[in-house]
Amino acid sequence: MSGGRRAPRRDASGAGQPGVGGEYDLFADGQGPTPPHPADESAPPTVKRSEYQRDKAPTPPSGGAKRRSEDVTDDQGGYPGETAQSAVAVSTLTETARDVIEGAFIPLWVRGEVMDFKSHRNGHWYFCLRDSRAQIRCVVWSRDQRGIPAPPDDGMQVAAFGRLTVYPTRGEMQFTIVKMRARGDGLRRKALEITRKRLEADGLLAPERKRRLPRYPRVIAVVTSPDGAALHDIVAVIRRREANVRLVVVPAAVQGDTAVVELCAAIERVSRWGEADLAIIGRGGGSVEDLWAFNDERVARAIAYCSVPTISAVGHEVDISISDLVADMRAPTPSAAAEAAVRSSSELRNELRKFSMRMSNAARSLVRVRRDQLRHLGRDIGDAGSWQVESRRTALENVAGKLHALSPLATLGRGYAVARDAEGRALTSVESFREGDAFDLVLRDGVVPSRVAGHPTKKS
Amino acid sequence: MTFEQRIARLEEIAGQLEGQGLELDRALSLFEEGIETLRAAAQELATAEAKVQRLVERADGSFDVLDRDL
Repeated sequence: MSGGRRAPRRDASGAGQPGVGGEYDLFADGQGPTPPHPADESAPPTVKRSEYQRDKAPTPPSGGAKRRSEDVTDDQGGYPGETAQSAVAVSTLTETARDVIEGAFIPLWVRGEVMDFKSHRNGHWYFCLRDSRAQIRCVVWSRDQRGIPAPPDDGMQVAAFGRLTVYPTRGEMQFTIVKMRARGDGLRRKALEITRKRLEADGLLAPERKRRLPRYPRVIAVVTSPDGAALHDIVAVIRRREANVRLVVVPAAVQGDTAVVELCAAIERVSRWGEADLAIIGRGGGSVEDLWAFNDERVARAIAYCSVPTISAVGHEVDISISDLVADMRAPTPSAAAEAAVRSSSELRNELRKFSMRMSNAARSLVRVRRDQLRHLGRDIGDAGSWQVESRRTALENVAGKLHALSPLATLGRGYAVARDAEGRALTSVESFREGDAFDLVLRDGVVPSRVAGHPTKKS
Repeated sequence: MTFEQRIARLEEIAGQLEGQGLELDRALSLFEEGIETLRAAAQELATAEAKVQRLVERADGSFDVLDRDL
């Protein structure tokens, strides 16, 4: 180093300089040039390490550097490291380099191929990024890994966002990464695969684990953002269907740093509360990144262990999340979840009407069969007026009258017809009909023998 | 009785009425019960209204359900 060669001249140039009189030890410590002798008041101010650090990224005094040091007679213009006597410590050099580099580069995206990836037991990731001509050491501190779906594999082409710095201890340039994307969304695909395998290994994806949803839920917990589109859509469906339910919102952030923790807490809250018949967990559409919390293993496990049956409804039709795989049912959208969960009140009224018809028809059929039996009995005895037959007829008419009075709709009287099979059973579903089958059409005033003319089609 | 239980009971009653060999008295009482169940279920449908609420957990772990505007 040239400073070493110049050192003797500097030494000779006069007293009062740092290191004069053999006090100066080039390898004294890491603290930079030795302070001036306390006795010498004329000594120039010496730049100490602390001053370097206060003044981030100092610019080397280029004017001074151009002068030939031999010409320097006025030490007021000197700078640390200009001479052997003012030589700076290695740590000063690397720390200054760090400050310069950090000051010169704003955080930026860098692309390259990952190699030598190592996850250290302290939780930090170390690897190199390289292209055909260069490489750079990279680190991802464990606290910054939250924003990265999965550790990269060697050979992956990635773009990494971070800042360039110098690791002073080794004097190496280092790229400190906080975000990373891989070509073909490889990190996310890797993360999904890892999570899916782990859940599968614990049996949480098994089809037999799926619970049946209640057909008539009265209380539905909705785990989502209280201001989001999902809740709005679900409420709209419930209103349109005039559904007979209470929606209980359990608020949680559905994207951002806190989403995973809040979703887990909200789902666990539904379990502890225990009064919901069903839980819908989801959010409206968004970018892959927006939906990412629903691919988190912790959220998936919370759903799997939820004490009430769950419907996962994340994003749009095309988005399939880990939550969808774990929930008892996957709905393509929040609206679809609401539609799957609740029946409209008109649908329910229809269902009640069917029961009413079945009961009325069954009762009529009972009475008819008994009446026929009585008629035969009377004919056999040859005396239709016999008191035995008469009293039984009276009892029967009594029951028939009561049944009729009880019938809430007096269905047939209002112009409905009932189809019955040969045994007199009411045929209440298209599934009871085959093309060509014979059946009886029962009207208010009689029976029409009928036959199915075409292929029955079911109302969707 | 929940709506779900009422529907289940109606299913049983209708099934029994449609079966063979039922005594008339038994049929009548089943029919009466069926009509009663139907009325109650229909009433529940008529009075029920969708509600949106919000679950709030207190520090002591108890829960409040607060009404919210639709």
